[in-house]
Parts: sequence; structure tokens; C-alpha cells
Amino acid sequence: MTHIRAPREGDVRIPSGCAIAGIMDRSGERHSGGDILKSIALMHDRSNGLGGGFAAYGIYPDYAELRAFHIMYESPEARRETEAYLDVHFISEKQERIPTDSSSRIRNAPDIWRYFVAPHPVRLSMSGMDEPEYTMQHVFHINGCIDGAFVASSGKNMGVFKGVGYPEDIGEFYRIEDYKAWAWTAHGRFPTNTPGWWGGAHPFTLLDWSVVHNGEISSYDANRRYVEQYGYDCELQTDTEVITYLFDLLARRHGFSPEMAAHIMTAPAWDEIDRMEPSRRAFETALRITYPSALVNGPFSVIIGSNEGLLALNDRLKLRALMTAEKGSMVYLASEQAAIEAVCPDAENVRSLDGGVPFLVLLDSVAERKRQENPENSPEQPRPRALEVGLQPSVRKEA
Amino acid sequence: MLDYLIPRYKVLRDADLCTRCGVCERTCSNDVHRVDEQAGRVTADHMKCVNCQRCVTMCPTHALAIGKWPQVGNGSSNWTLECLQDIAKQAQTGGVLLASMGNPQPHPIYWDHLLLNASQVTNPSIDPLREPMETRVFLGARPEALKVNERDHTVMTKLPPQIKLDVPVMFSAMSFGSISLNAQTALAMAAQELGTFFNTGEGGFHHSLKPYADNAIVQVASGRFGVSPEYLNTAAAIEIKIGQGAKPGIGGHLPGEKIDAEVSRTRMIPQGTDAISPAPHHDIYSIEDLRQLIFSLKEATRYTKPVAVKIAAVHNVAAIASGSARAGADIIVVDGFRGGTGAAPKRIRDNVGIPIELALASVDERLREEGIRSTVSLVAAGSIRSSADIVRAIALGADAVYVASAALIALGCHQCQDCSSGKCNWGIATQRPELVKRLNPEVGAQRVVNLIRAWNHEIQEMMGGMGINAIESLRGNRLMLRGIGLTDRELTILGVKHAGE
Amino acid sequence: MKRIYAIEAWCLGCKRCEIACKTQHSATRDTVKALTQEQPSPTSRVQVEGDRFLSLAVNCRHCAQPKCVKGCISGAMQKDPASGLVTSDPAKCVGCRTCVSMCPFGCVQVVSVEGRDIALKCDLCTEDGCIPGEPACVAACPNGALVYWESEE
Repeated sequence: MTHIRAPREGDVRIPSGCAIAGIMDRSGERHSGGDILKSIALMHDRSNGLGGGFAAYGIYPDYAELRAFHIMYESPEARRETEAYLDVHFISEKQERIPTDSSSRIRNAPDIWRYFVAPHPVRLSMSGMDEPEYTMQHVFHINGCIDGAFVASSGKNMGVFKGVGYPEDIGEFYRIEDYKAWAWTAHGRFPTNTPGWWGGAHPFTLLDWSVVHNGEISSYDANRRYVEQYGYDCELQTDTEVITYLFDLLARRHGFSPEMAAHIMTAPAWDEIDRMEPSRRAFETALRITYPSALVNGPFSVIIGSNEGLLALNDRLKLRALMTAEKGSMVYLASEQAAIEAVCPDAENVRSLDGGVPFLVLLDSVAERKRQENPENSPEQPRPRALEVGLQPSVRKEA
Repeated sequence: MLDYLIPRYKVLRDADLCTRCGVCERTCSNDVHRVDEQAGRVTADHMKCVNCQRCVTMCPTHALAIGKWPQVGNGSSNWTLECLQDIAKQAQTGGVLLASMGNPQPHPIYWDHLLLNASQVTNPSIDPLREPMETRVFLGARPEALKVNERDHTVMTKLPPQIKLDVPVMFSAMSFGSISLNAQTALAMAAQELGTFFNTGEGGFHHSLKPYADNAIVQVASGRFGVSPEYLNTAAAIEIKIGQGAKPGIGGHLPGEKIDAEVSRTRMIPQGTDAISPAPHHDIYSIEDLRQLIFSLKEATRYTKPVAVKIAAVHNVAAIASGSARAGADIIVVDGFRGGTGAAPKRIRDNVGIPIELALASVDERLREEGIRSTVSLVAAGSIRSSADIVRAIALGADAVYVASAALIALGCHQCQDCSSGKCNWGIATQRPELVKRLNPEVGAQRVVNLIRAWNHEIQEMMGGMGINAIESLRGNRLMLRGIGLTDRELTILGVKHAGE
Repeated sequence: MKRIYAIEAWCLGCKRCEIACKTQHSATRDTVKALTQEQPSPTSRVQVEGDRFLSLAVNCRHCAQPKCVKGCISGAMQKDPASGLVTSDPAKCVGCRTCVSMCPFGCVQVVSVEGRDIALKCDLCTEDGCIPGEPACVAACPNGALVYWESEE
């Protein structure tokens, strides 16, 4: 019997609404996944059981220097092929099945594994790429070329636990209460179509970045076609994917701070720029002139996680909800205030995030280091493009 | 020799409405109408009518209409009446057929096969009356990445020169000579009022336009008319014209009778001589020569002005655009085959070049494939008829558009395609003083400003409907377009999905 | 007061102003009837002088110290102190033509109406039934050669 497969991300573009949440301890102290689970569970009605997930930072301190690959497999063949591929390009320190709770409501889960790996040193040096770029290209290869395998995350000392189901069920399934992290983010999904596949759930990741997003950006194709110029393949056709790539382009390749990358993505309006004093006006104008296609338009709220902390951002018109609150060294973020109060009833500085104003929470240790850093970004040298270094003639298109 | 030509149009006069006031007679530069007091009626010489509709518009009682000459062909789709008449004309004169305005052939107009998107439920549409809706565009080259000091908010990278447009529309090149000074002045005034740019074409920069210099783009074309260091440094930007959509591969010819004292002074050529622009630039026989000219112009203006390269949409347009970008062009202008002209050989106008929609889509895609789209600006030209065409052009990948025919229509042009006669009844494509004065620049400028403001409101409405509040988020956003009635091949070239997908 | 100014540079000599004026001052206010049927035929108070190369629409200036008013022997020609408008009252006019000879611009005509000679001149379209605002000649001008502008006395 053949099943008619519903279209997945990548086949079609699927807009979706969502719930997002984040909890972080600035001191770096680690907490179990219990609170984030409770927080996202309260926003049950903002998702529809078609996707949920968590990102956790600081969960693998014993392997902090290694890449932690979380990989989902649809079949044993996919695992064999992927592991053979990893064997060639990486050196694996440890690999194991990720423990899951078989009594949970989640059914038909894929086979989910984790690997702690470092790039093969000779291949890395021969590739001419730096470590992040090398890892990223191989992750792209697995996701794009190996049928039935999907890398859910590939960062250091972090991991993503996601799947099809309500987020609270996904959390139980992965037993996230057993992990301790200094930062957690969570996502509950309400897609307006029915894709239902595990890799398509969120958070979406790229190296150490993880992104949870609520919204539907109207600038999607402008943003996609911009980043695709620089070797990013928007295979999943999701907003989250393109936001992640934009962020990676600006923050990693162009060397901007996360706030500045976020600022570029939610640039101030011209009216506002016109009212600034001349030197600031010249600065903002230059950013908008150089990065017009990085402007993200339409309603969205995102929480971007990294090894330095969390960054929350709302579209510049503030068309999506996102609340923040603090208590001591703890910072809370959620689509709804109640989801914060559910885990921290006496939270302070409860407020709604301003549209287009990045809200950055850094680890205290990182914040201290950043104060010493050079405030100038250093964009990396543009790499030669595939078409410029190829040996074979491409199909001749001109007459 | 008996002329075998027959009239094209028939003047239809409603005898019940005609008051024999004589306005039609006084307003027709082709001497079509005559008030015959003796006979007590107004007569018409139909042969002379070019269907410019001046008399129709001016008649105080709306007693006039212009109809098709009732002569039928033999019913053949092959030997049409027009085809017969063209042959008759050439048999009579032995000359190249001349025509004006853009390609009138019934080829597909892809704009009309592209539908726009709007938000529903999952993404709110934005009301431009309540929220800022940004249509400001900068044109010029950009670095791929910017180096800044984030603490001081200063830019370390030196940004190439830019021009700022408050509306994503500029007025394309039309020279003083091909159009009247009043027409050019009207466009200059409108450009200043709108915060955009007009283009002098290859006709020099008339001294009376000095107050509008900041809103001028000066053109350097193959005849180099009017080019001097002052000319280059006067304007906001410089455009090298390689080709024109209406007549790719062809130069220009302004007949001596149009070179009066003012045109002669502005073009820096003797009065009464023909102004002939060669087909190619005789110092550009290859792409590396183009680079030399671009950098000569940049040197001459000390790198303070963006240099645009305008090319006609021909088969290989994507590669030519890419080459021009690599040759140092800051702005690339692509002009489609429906773009207008004051005069072109009819066979060239009707048969050479490709539509702007396909050219624009393939140029934008090629520049992206090569990773250089974000470092250069792209302007589309060649028959932009409405705000919806502008939205489509920007969604296909243009930064801004050039309009010329639409601006002339706002000034009174009725697309009669008789520009080359020099007898333009609307005071646009003429140098005859009694006709030139029919175009009061202040009246004209107001009409053009009204048109572009109306279009800009409409662009804002359409953007708002899509949930977009800055025009850069529309640029290249082809998901906002869907094709209707197009083949797979056409959809692939345009890079859009079919409606329903 | 607001006055009509004629700008020679933009006048095309098309005479649409004359036709509009006639219609405006006709009995039927219908261009076709006014120009082809009405008897007496309505008179245009604006006259276009010149040819298609150089022309000008000559119109009453509604002078600050109007000579026509000064010369009027019957008190028909009056300047309204409030609006500044100069008009001739047909009931009082005796058709003596003094105003015609006094006007330096040739803007007054004397025509025979129902057997009586009376002076006619521009009234800025303020006659009963006229549309307030732009005078008809100004509205009819295709090229901004007639403008209706506020000016100092």
C-alpha cells in the first residue's frame, strides 16, 4: 500500500504561527529542563501538535570542545550511510542513541543518535575552510544528500531535541528534565499546513546558533535570494531557516555583534534616521544601503541562542507578542506573560519587547569579555564562488 | 507619380455638436481641419491626420473623434493593410521606414501575466495610512560587507557614491532636441518636486536647467553631444548609453531642421547640421573598453558620482549586464523592446530585442548566481505603464524603474507615433516655437507630479497588502508574484510559480 | 482682490476662453446652442489678439482707479468697494461709449441688445447662476495662459 505523502518543508512553503519561550541564567549556573517544559506547556493552544522542540546550552560540559551532532534517522540504511560519511570527515569521540521515554505519547519516532566529533584534521586543513565552515558544509551535505538522515543540531556543548507532537510531549519523550543547561529555548508549532516530519520541527540550528521563531515574514523571498548568493541553500523554505542564515552571514561572516546583526535585520525607519544627528544618520544610512535585502519584514518574534547567550528580536512594527522578565540572574522570555509567571510568579521587570530593538542576554563572563573587545567588526574575505573555482565548464547559457 | 497611400484615420465630426468655433483648425499643426465659412461647415483632410487627439481633447463641445479609415484589407492575416501600405510607402520613397514610440507588435506583455499577492490571516496586511510605508531607494554600487565601529556608530568602509530616490521611479533619457526644452523642464521640475531624477539624454545640459542639476542624470552616448567636464560634474549621476530598447544596435539621427540655436548651443554642434550618433561608441568595441570609459568618467568626476550603464534588452542581456557590472558600472539599466523612441527604423523597432520582463528576470538571476547582485543597482525600463508594473518589476528584481512614455502621456502625449515629423501638437517632440509653447512646464510638471504621487500611493497600498513596509523587502521577492497563462519555460525564466501553486 | 492675468508666453491663440465666455454669458449656458442658435448671439468679454505664433487674451483688469468708471456719464459703470469688481449695470447704461474710449486696454464693448446699445465687460463670472471660483475663461485655458490670482490693489 502506498501512502500519499503530505508535502514537507522544502517541497512547499508552509507558513506557521507558534509559541516560543526561553530561560537563561546569566551566571552560567545550569538548570534542568523542568521550567522550560512548564512554560511552553502553558501555551498549549498556540501550537497544534505538529511540532515542538527545545534547544539547550551547556548540557555537554564533558565534551565542550567537540561538536555534538544530534542526528535523526528514518532507516538503518540512512544511519549506516551517515556514519560512514562522518567517519571520513570527522573523528568521533563518542556516539550513542539519545535516551527517550518509550511511555510517552509520542509515536513513530525516528531513530535518534548523538555523536561527539571533531573535524578530521588533515581534511580540514586541505579544505581551505575554517572549522565552522567545514562543519557547516558537511551538515548541509548530510541534510541535503543523504536520504532519511537529518542533523538536528551540530553545535558545541549544546543540543536540540525536537519532533512532531505538542512541545510538552516532545520534552517528556526526550526526558529533557534529565539535562542541565544554562540556557533553554522552546518552540511549539502551529503550521497552517500538515507537514509532520521530525526534521522540520524547530528549533532550527546552524552550528552553535539555534533559532525559535514565531511569525510569517513577508520579505522571505527577498531574504532567501540574498543569502543564497553566498552559498546558503534554503532547502526547507522556512522563515526560521532564512533568519538563521541571515544571522550567520551578518554575525559570523561579516563579523557584526549579534545586536548589530539584529539591528540590521530590523533597521530603523527612514523617518527615524532622518531625525538623527548627522554622524549617526550616516551610519544608519550606510547600513541600510549596504544591507537592504537583510531587512526582515512582516510579523515575527525570534529567540536566537548561542554559546554566548540569548538574543530576542521582534519585527519593527511589533506585530508579534514577546514578553521578557527577570529575577536575579535569571531571564525569562515567552510569547505570553502567563508562561513566564507559571515558572517565576514573582518575576521582575516584566515587559513587552519593543519592535525592532534587539534584546540581548549574555553570560556574565561573556559580557565581561565583550567589554574589552575591539568594537570594529572584521568581515571575512569573500571566498571564491563555486563557479569561479570549478574545472568543468558549466552549461553554456548565453547565445 | 501617384501616391498609392491611403489615409490611416478618419476624422469623425458630429454635425449636431460642431459650432464651427475653429478651435480644431487653430490647434492642428498638420492642417487637417478647415472652417469653410462659405459652405457653413468644417472640413477635414483625413490623409494628414496622425491621430494625436489634440483636436478631440480641445474641442469645446466634444464634437470630434478619430476613427479608423474604413478601408478593409483582403482578409489575409499575412498581407495586411499595414503591410501593403508599408510597401507602397517604400515603393514611393525608396527610404527606410521611420517610426516612433515603442514596439507595438502583439507580443505577450508579461506584466499582464503576473499577479500580485496579499496577506490573509497568518500575516497582517499593513495600512499605509496608519503605518510608515517606505519607498525610498538608493542607487549606486555597494560593498558586499560593511566595516563599522559599533561603539562609536561610525562607518569605516568608504561607501561608493549613491543617489537617493524618494519614489522608485525616474524619468528616462530624453534629449533636448528629441523633446522640447519645455518638456524637459517639466520633467526636471517634477523630478525635483518628487525627490527623483530626470535624464538629459544625449542632448547636453541646457543652462536653464541649472536649478535642477541635483536631480539630473547626464548621459554620455555614442555621439558625445554636449559632453564636457562641466556637464559631467553638473549632475547627480552619469549614464553611459550603450543601447536603447526601441532600437538596439542602432544609433541616433536628429535632423538638421531640429537643430536650432538653442539645441546647437546645448549639444555643442553647428546649427542646422544633422546630429548623428553612431551605432556603437567608437571607443568601445569590447567590454574592457567600456571599463576604460567608466573609469574615465569616474576620474573626471573624482569618484563622486555613480556611473550607470544602459543596455538594450537583447538575447544575451544577462551576460552583458554581468560584464558591465564587472567593468565597474554602479547602476545597470536594462531597457526592454517596448521602450519608446523619438525616431527609429520601423523594422528595428518592431523586430529587435526582447521584453523587459524576461530580460530583467534573467539579469537579476544571473547577477545572483554570480553573487554580485547586492553590489550593483539594477534599473528596469521599457514600457512601465502603471504602479502595478512597477511593483512587478521590483518583485522580479529591479531596484527602481525608469519611465518615459508614461511621463510624456501625463504631459499630453497620445502615442500617435509621429514624433519624427517634428510637428508634435502637444509641444513635446518638436522644436517649433509655436508648438513648443503649447507645453507650459508648470502645468506639465504638476501633471507628472500628480501621476507619480498617485502611483506611489498605489505602490504603498499594494506593499501594505503584502505585509511589506519597506520597498527593499519587495525587491527580488518573486514569491509575491504568480504567473497566469504562462508556459513552464516562461515561468522558469521569470522565476515565478503559476497561480494556484 | 483676485484678478485674471493673461500670460502671453503660454497663450496658444486657440480661443477656447472666448467660447467659454460666450457660453457663460449666454441665455442657455449650452455651448452648442449659444454658438449656433441663440439670438442675439452672446458676446465674449475676453478677446484673443494675435496669431498662433504670438497671441494674448485681453481681459478687463478691474483697475484700482478704473477710467471707465470715472468716465461713465450715467452711473452704470461701478466699482464695488468691497470686492473691487468693476461692472456695468445694463439698466442704467445709455450706450454713450465713453467707457470704451476711456479704457486703456480696450476691454469694454458696446453691443446692441434688444435694440438698445449697452456696454458689456468681464464680470469675473459673478452673474447670477455662475459657478463661484474660477472664471470660465481660466477654467477653459489648456495651457495656464490665463490665471486667476490674488494680487495687491
